[in-house]
Amino acid sequence: MADVAHHPALAHQFDSLGQQTEAATLGMWVFLVTEVLFFGGLFLTYAVYRSFYPAAFSAASHELDILLGGINTAVLITSSLTMALAVHAAQLGQRRLLMIFLVVTMVLGTVFLGIKAVEYYHKFAEHHVPGATFQFEREHQRHAQIFFSLYFIMTGLHAIHMIIGIAVLLVMWIWAWRGRITSDYAGPIEISGLYWHFVDIVWIFLFPLLYLIGRHA
Amino acid sequence: MATSFLPPRHYLNEQYGITSWLLTRDHKRIALLFLSGVTFFFFIGGAFAVLIRLELATPVGDLVSDETYNKLFTMHGVAMVFFFLIPAIPSVLGNFLIPIMIGAKDLAFPKLNLTSWYIYMIGGLFTMYAIVTGGLDTGWTFYTPFSTVSSTTKVIPAALGIFITGFSSILTGLNFIVTIHRMRAPGMTWFRLPLFVWSHYATSLIMVLGTPVIAITILLVAAERVFRFGFFDPALGGDPVLFQHLFWFYSHPAVYIMVLPAMGVVSELVAAFCRKPVFGYTFVAFASLAIAVLGFLVWGHHMFVAGQSVYAALIFSILSFLVAIPSAVKVFNWTATMYKGSVAWETPMLYAIGFIGLFTIGGLTGLFLAAVGLNVHVTDTYFIVAHFHYIMVGGTIMGYLGGLHYWWPKISGRMYNEWLAKFSALVIFLGFNLTFFPQFIVGYLGMPRRYHAYPPEFQVLNVLSSAGASILGVGYLIPMAYLMWSLRYGRVAGSNPWGAVGLEWTTTSPPPTDNFATTPVVTWEAYDYQSTVDGQPSAAS
Repeated sequence: MADVAHHPALAHQFDSLGQQTEAATLGMWVFLVTEVLFFGGLFLTYAVYRSFYPAAFSAASHELDILLGGINTAVLITSSLTMALAVHAAQLGQRRLLMIFLVVTMVLGTVFLGIKAVEYYHKFAEHHVPGATFQFEREHQRHAQIFFSLYFIMTGLHAIHMIIGIAVLLVMWIWAWRGRITSDYAGPIEISGLYWHFVDIVWIFLFPLLYLIGRHA
Repeated sequence: MATSFLPPRHYLNEQYGITSWLLTRDHKRIALLFLSGVTFFFFIGGAFAVLIRLELATPVGDLVSDETYNKLFTMHGVAMVFFFLIPAIPSVLGNFLIPIMIGAKDLAFPKLNLTSWYIYMIGGLFTMYAIVTGGLDTGWTFYTPFSTVSSTTKVIPAALGIFITGFSSILTGLNFIVTIHRMRAPGMTWFRLPLFVWSHYATSLIMVLGTPVIAITILLVAAERVFRFGFFDPALGGDPVLFQHLFWFYSHPAVYIMVLPAMGVVSELVAAFCRKPVFGYTFVAFASLAIAVLGFLVWGHHMFVAGQSVYAALIFSILSFLVAIPSAVKVFNWTATMYKGSVAWETPMLYAIGFIGLFTIGGLTGLFLAAVGLNVHVTDTYFIVAHFHYIMVGGTIMGYLGGLHYWWPKISGRMYNEWLAKFSALVIFLGFNLTFFPQFIVGYLGMPRRYHAYPPEFQVLNVLSSAGASILGVGYLIPMAYLMWSLRYGRVAGSNPWGAVGLEWTTTSPPPTDNFATTPVVTWEAYDYQSTVDGQPSAAS
């Protein structure tokens, strides 16, 4: 449409805002595919070692704090809800509501990271961090260390993704505050939301794999 | 008839000064930034190759120590694979041409494109740091536990360099996919796309699907080496073979990241210099996708002797044979295109012919390696080295140089010296074969790779190979010289010096910053030589 062709957010290489939003959305989906493959390498490694050392993985899994992990899962799922509400508000051009939901989402993300830090601290105090100081019941010492190596790499990379997500939402909040986000230019909020939901979904897989299924073995 | 003046305004004179380059978002300028980067690493990697061939001219290890030799072949591989072969054609020619070929003003994400170059350069800096502060001796394959426990060399900076550069590859692939999906000019349907674009689309899929896996693998190697997190070290309960699976899941498809773009170049060259549409266009297009898909299913053929089950080996063997089908489709279709074509023997075509011949040899010897029994015999010998150099040097670099010559007038606006160019193409072809053909024989006779000394009976073949390498080295320096020379003194090319079809030849040479004065509307099929006059679609079409 001719009237949107002169939108201030339209980059020079695109013919219309619609084309620009479609390109950005497709770009984010392709990026999420690369993320699936990135975490996929970790999930594969987890699957291989879990099948090699089921007893050690079960014993190590019992050391994780299921209450804190469960709370964190609830916190993240709620943050996905507030993110979805933020996208909805953006599409309707409700600027105040958008800013509120973005703040709530960021706060929930920060709470998640805080609880994760408490869990990390416990593991550190219990000498469950792999390396020279690692301690575990004699029988499973060696293979439980692989479990905790995976635990720290997987949750650590997930946490880094959360931090990046919060930073992205902060930028989106500033854009919303400055009035850049309008009902015909909600694309940036939508693709930030895609990323946020993806990071949540990674946790939805991490939580049962690391905390839950070991308890039934 | 070519004009004798460059267009008054084009992407090279739109702005001047160093920041106009370092902060550019123009895909054409970013392509030239990449050109400088990959050329630098090509000569770094080439310098290591010179030292390797010098050492192997005599059977005794007299020029360098065994440790130094390990570093030489490692750094040759790292520089060439990750910093030259993988980015060379996509990031230089693909970057320059894809938007123009599809009639767009730029890639979908110009800032991301520039970011991709910076990421590449930062990764390159880490790797250069590893090289100048003592080097790396793990082989470009970083096999564990040697890389995580035993090696005392600069594994971490080199691994970080490759990890970082991987993101450059991912972002370039992402940019290409979105651009090809969303930025095509009106009328530029999928089956009107030049095959160069199709092959880059397939390449981008591999970049996007494969590269994250090598990234996480390298991260695990680094975590094991630095923090003693157990993943691959048997002493920590890890499994080194798992590393090999993860590594080759990327690194086998990476071969197709290197060769598919070269195939795209060859399709363009064959059509342009035979003045005919590529025979079986759709087959060639889908063959690219088939190679990309099959490429992900064959990594096990690198591990036949690494403790893989017999059944796994047989399946990987069969799947590896299957790659021959789409590869052969391409070779046969290029040949069929040339059949009864009015072939013009200009420099780019010489490279295209060279590619077809050398890639065929490389591909057929690849079938030897897909066969489990033969593979066991030649594993870790010079036969392997010869095979993959026929693909990577005989294939990728031939395609790269062919493409660089073909589009050089478009990139620079000027022609190079045709006589010198033909001469150097011939020197490169002869030097290449003299370097690598003897390696097939010496490898089949049992000379293992990665040793700095060898039994005296292998010397004749090794001397031939070293002599070939020096010819090849000179062959690479000549184009460097005359292409630089042409930038200032070359004859002005005009917008379509080859009389070729394709949107890139309808705009000026060099193109304006926005590529086209007005967005083109495409009403003709790809390689429509029948209904064109002097490269322009005739009114009748």
